[in-house]
Amino acid sequence: MFESLKGFGVTFGTMFKKVVTEEYPEVKKVTAPRFHGRHQLNRHPDGLEKCVGCELCAWACPADAIFVEGGDNTEEARYSPGERFGADYQINYLRCIGCGLCIEACPTRSLTMTNEYELADDNRQDLIFTKEDLLAPLLPGMEQPPHPMRLGENEQDYYVNGPRLAKEAQQ
Amino acid sequence: MTIAPDKPNATELVVPEGHVKLVIDGVEVVAPKGELLIRTAERLGTVIPRFCDHPLLEPAGACRQCLVEVEMGGRPMPKPQASCTMTVADGMVVKTQLTSPVADKAQQGVMELLLINHPLDCPVCDKGGECPLQNQAIAHGRSDSRFHERKRTFPKPINISTQVLLDRERCVLCQRCTRFSAQIAGDPFIELLERGALQQIGTAPEKPFQSYFSGNTIQICPVGALTSAAYRFRARPFDLVSTPSVCEHCSSGCAERTDWRRGKVQRKLAGDDPQVNEEWICDKGRFAFRYATTADRIKRPLVRDRETGELRESSWTEALQVAAAGLTAAREANGVGVLTGGRLTVEDAYAYSKFARIALHTNDIDFRARPHSAEELEFLSGTTVFTNPDNGVTFGGIESAPAALLVAFEPEEEAPIVFLRLRKAARKGTKVFHLGQFTTPAVEKTLGTLLACVPGAEANAINALPDHAADVVELLSKPGAVILVGERAAVVPGTFTAVARLAERTGARVAWIPRRAGERGALAVGATPNLLPGGRHVANAAARLEVERTWGVEEGSLPATPGRDTTGILEAAASGELSGLVVGGVDPFDLPDPALAEKALAGAGFIVSLELRPSAVTAHADVVLPIAPAVEKAGSYLNWEGRRREFGTTLEGTGSLPDCRVLDTLAVEMDADLFTQTPAASAADLARLGEGAVTGSSLNVAAPLVSPAGPGKAVLATWHRLIGNGSLQVDEPHLAGTARPVVAKVAKTTAAQFGLETGGHVTVSTERGAITLPVETDDLPEGVIWLPTNSGDVTVRATLGAGHGSIVSVSGGSSLGVKS
Repeated sequence: MFESLKGFGVTFGTMFKKVVTEEYPEVKKVTAPRFHGRHQLNRHPDGLEKCVGCELCAWACPADAIFVEGGDNTEEARYSPGERFGADYQINYLRCIGCGLCIEACPTRSLTMTNEYELADDNRQDLIFTKEDLLAPLLPGMEQPPHPMRLGENEQDYYVNGPRLAKEAQQ
Repeated sequence: MTIAPDKPNATELVVPEGHVKLVIDGVEVVAPKGELLIRTAERLGTVIPRFCDHPLLEPAGACRQCLVEVEMGGRPMPKPQASCTMTVADGMVVKTQLTSPVADKAQQGVMELLLINHPLDCPVCDKGGECPLQNQAIAHGRSDSRFHERKRTFPKPINISTQVLLDRERCVLCQRCTRFSAQIAGDPFIELLERGALQQIGTAPEKPFQSYFSGNTIQICPVGALTSAAYRFRARPFDLVSTPSVCEHCSSGCAERTDWRRGKVQRKLAGDDPQVNEEWICDKGRFAFRYATTADRIKRPLVRDRETGELRESSWTEALQVAAAGLTAAREANGVGVLTGGRLTVEDAYAYSKFARIALHTNDIDFRARPHSAEELEFLSGTTVFTNPDNGVTFGGIESAPAALLVAFEPEEEAPIVFLRLRKAARKGTKVFHLGQFTTPAVEKTLGTLLACVPGAEANAINALPDHAADVVELLSKPGAVILVGERAAVVPGTFTAVARLAERTGARVAWIPRRAGERGALAVGATPNLLPGGRHVANAAARLEVERTWGVEEGSLPATPGRDTTGILEAAASGELSGLVVGGVDPFDLPDPALAEKALAGAGFIVSLELRPSAVTAHADVVLPIAPAVEKAGSYLNWEGRRREFGTTLEGTGSLPDCRVLDTLAVEMDADLFTQTPAASAADLARLGEGAVTGSSLNVAAPLVSPAGPGKAVLATWHRLIGNGSLQVDEPHLAGTARPVVAKVAKTTAAQFGLETGGHVTVSTERGAITLPVETDDLPEGVIWLPTNSGDVTVRATLGAGHGSIVSVSGGSSLGVKS
């Protein structure tokens, strides 16, 4: 008799403990602010891409998850300030270990990590993210490249004075 | 190695004659007199940082990065010295950055100076990751700069040719490129301009950097100042796989390094082979490789549909069955001829040779997809086929020759690395004589003498040498002298006879230098109408028996009479005397008579084509079998010296098959075993045959009498340019832009005679067609007009049906273009 009450006691006691069950995917979990999630290729304030296709991220990657091929900006088709842009950019999330070394390697702060962690799929092909998947969305005031440099004469203006010039352009 | 061995009295170094003893970083060294300090240190294992120093260029002392502390006779030199310009001396005491704080500080100071104006754009620079400046700045530089002023800037890259881009901000003024161009290539189109902080590399206005060797300056540039348009931003060295390879273009057989990733070749670099190409390659070898990745490459076998008459994709099984059935039927009818083209590896050419003999039972096989003659074949099969680097002319032999006579051979256009050796030799004193038509750039750059003659009169000119140019004959009589014969010699009857006689008279050694990589190899393995592999003559019963036994075929089964040559095969196919053709990589418009080739292709009953891309041959073929380009297969080329140039597969697993494999399987379908399933198997089978007994050639072709061309007519001189319409140069717009301008050349008097104006146009015509192009005057013999054979709109063979030595009509033309 006492033994069975003891069993209910465990059940009853648990009701007042903190719930560990997650209601995912109905309720999305909020990660730590610096959580290493999906990568993002950032843009300059006018929409030009920050990536210069230097492949340093691919060099830094210990898992060989990144493939980059550079391209030549022309007067007719400009994707980034300066001479070079990332023409082909792929991250293979089957290989990525989320270490973030690529972020440290990026010389233009083009590559950063978001907090998005939902990286699962039912086939391999879809887990190779290409440039279109990784590019940051266009914010107000941004324009889809290719387009000429709006914030200055050359890439120096973008790197040194980018945010200030963007603010001025908005005003 | 000259480091003293470890023995008790190690201080007692023996100093041989012509050597000196010095101390580097406390270690006693013996070095040959005249050696540069930087190299002596390198032999000790001490790498002194440097930018301008290059072992194959003359010392310049331009960058000052290699400073070391030097003490002579107990007295230290007041300032650190550049070790790349200072030669060793007896009793010298040298301290490098390893032992001397002074040298180390000096090097750091120089590095800081070099970096003042060097932009920090490594992430966008093509050199990043393989940059000597980057590496040495990390190894020997300061960790931060004390200069905070604005850097000197220049507008970003300028095209100094369509292929080479110059970024002056990055340049450290080491002058490697200018020294290479002036000393090695002889094309001093880039030079130092301006003074002081604005000093920069540049070209003269409106004068692009026009050199066949411009790619080498990109490779030796120690920073990213010179980059190529073709490789611009394509990849990074750490992501590239480097595979040693051999160039597939000309007959020099240069060592190359092929860099590739993701199944695609990204660039080619010169390999280091002191015996062949040293550290240089030509621009064609460096930049022409995209032919293998063109969109129209044939990947699947094609069979001509009986109903529609169109080629359709098929399985290998079906294509091989159809091909085998067709070839067997054709063989039983009137026989099959084989044209292999001149670009095969030794292993593939051997498979063709064996296929013709035991599957097709014929000697109708010829590798010469270009003008040829019976005299040439006699010369090649009696003499050239038995030469090798041990008994014949070599690159080294050219360098040490007292004199070289070039007969119907344009070294810069046909074998650029031979040209570089000739220039190197000439700068050391070799006398170079060019038997040609006008003073080409190569004549000037080899400090040579032009022996001008009318096209077609080359043989007469050689025969007349003892009478008219006794000094040439005298020089050629010196031991080590060489005579280099080009492919054009086949066009002029009597040339090989005259060359052989001259060689006999003078004792000079003769080398035949074809234009294509596979010709020498095809000759060696018997892809000719009169030879079996190893230089064995088909008419020689003992040689045939030897081959039959090694191949394991029935005795007496090999055909005993010499077959038809290329023209003979085409004529026979056109007239129905041959029922079928097996054609390798042959462009009919390279053949002496493209019209005949068209007729033969249209007339032949059954054609099997082994090809990479659609061509005039596949348009007529009944079965097209795709084969692997050079990067996708292993093999070897025999270069013009007879040196075996082996290479492995660069791109593995592409699924494409080499010719030898395709022919092996095709032969099995025809009940014959070639044992050439792989290049290695083919090479092993070839090796079992060994060499045949040395025969000799009995050349006796009289030099023709050259008659004057007649009014309104001129004698045509023509040869191929290095960069032109070649089928391996497709899809290379940047390379094509560096081609030499397409112009006709005539003598001033001839121009006046035909009423041609300088800067105007000329129309050259035959009954087949006409070509109009700009005309320039040069020092040609009177009544001679020169055209590039196959450049731009000018296709001499296809449009005119003419060749070197043909008589053509010449008139003043006004409009550009080709009429036919």
